[in-house]
Amino acid sequence: MTARIGVVTFPGSLDDRDTQRAIRLAGAEPVALWHKDKDLHQVDAVVLCGGFSYGDYLRAGAIARFSPVMETLIEQAKAGLPVLGICNGFQILTEAHLLPGTMLRNDHLHFICRDQKLRVENAETSWTTDYTAGQEIHIPLKNNDGQYVADEYTLDKLEAEGRVAFRYLDFNPNGSQRDIAGVTNEAGNVVGLMPHPEHAVEPLIGTGRTDGLPFFTSILKKLVNA
Amino acid sequence: MARVVVDVMLKPEILDPQGQAVQRALPRLGFEGVSDVRQGKRFELEVDGPVDDAALARIHELAESFLANTVIEDFTVKVEEVVEAGK
Repeated sequence: MTARIGVVTFPGSLDDRDTQRAIRLAGAEPVALWHKDKDLHQVDAVVLCGGFSYGDYLRAGAIARFSPVMETLIEQAKAGLPVLGICNGFQILTEAHLLPGTMLRNDHLHFICRDQKLRVENAETSWTTDYTAGQEIHIPLKNNDGQYVADEYTLDKLEAEGRVAFRYLDFNPNGSQRDIAGVTNEAGNVVGLMPHPEHAVEPLIGTGRTDGLPFFTSILKKLVNA
Repeated sequence: MARVVVDVMLKPEILDPQGQAVQRALPRLGFEGVSDVRQGKRFELEVDGPVDDAALARIHELAESFLANTVIEDFTVKVEEVVEAGK
């Protein structure tokens, strides 16, 4: 038996298939979940993937956050269900208050798409144990609303508690405060980041490296050894 | 029937790059003397029935939980009487 990892499709999701593929390559079984279905079908973990759910209307992630599937997901995430939010998925997690802060329009007002260097700051979350703390990775980044902001108190708290999970290196692509690319909740089961690990799981595509794959092998090991 | 208007603005301490871009375009269009522009959102809610304290409290809750993200935005709620045509 391997782990079953759900991937939610909202209207406007883009990377659900790539995410399912990454999960399969890591050795787990991807399970397609639908935004209108409250049932999580007994999955062991969930990935909220990238895209433009509900056209980013109102604010990125703001409408998806109130969809039926999120009702169950929020409840179960609070009870310990591992959840990874990538890009739009990260925005949905902040709108749902499962992660602190929020994302604003990129400071330069342009959509940006590039290979981004990151430092893994926290290698103890459910999704990062196959990295080592301080490891530098290259994965693709593509977004319009990627500028991470939170108040100073929250930022200081995140730093003090080791909850800044990923930081942009060499170049801050969107004006994010303190170069924050991703954060984790206190328990380490809910993680969100703007760059896309699911696009860097095979040498042929993405950055030409497989730097994103450990996200999916980390969670698999955690679930299988649990 | 009444109209309730919810205005949502970025908090003063939050950078507004869109507003800045608008402000920078003004001199090019011949508008001088505008030192700052902040861009926000306006929601017009047509409410059935009386807008009493209970209705306003619910709209306030809606604004706080959905229309605005209070991590970065402030909002105001105000009631506007709708003038019906022909009267």
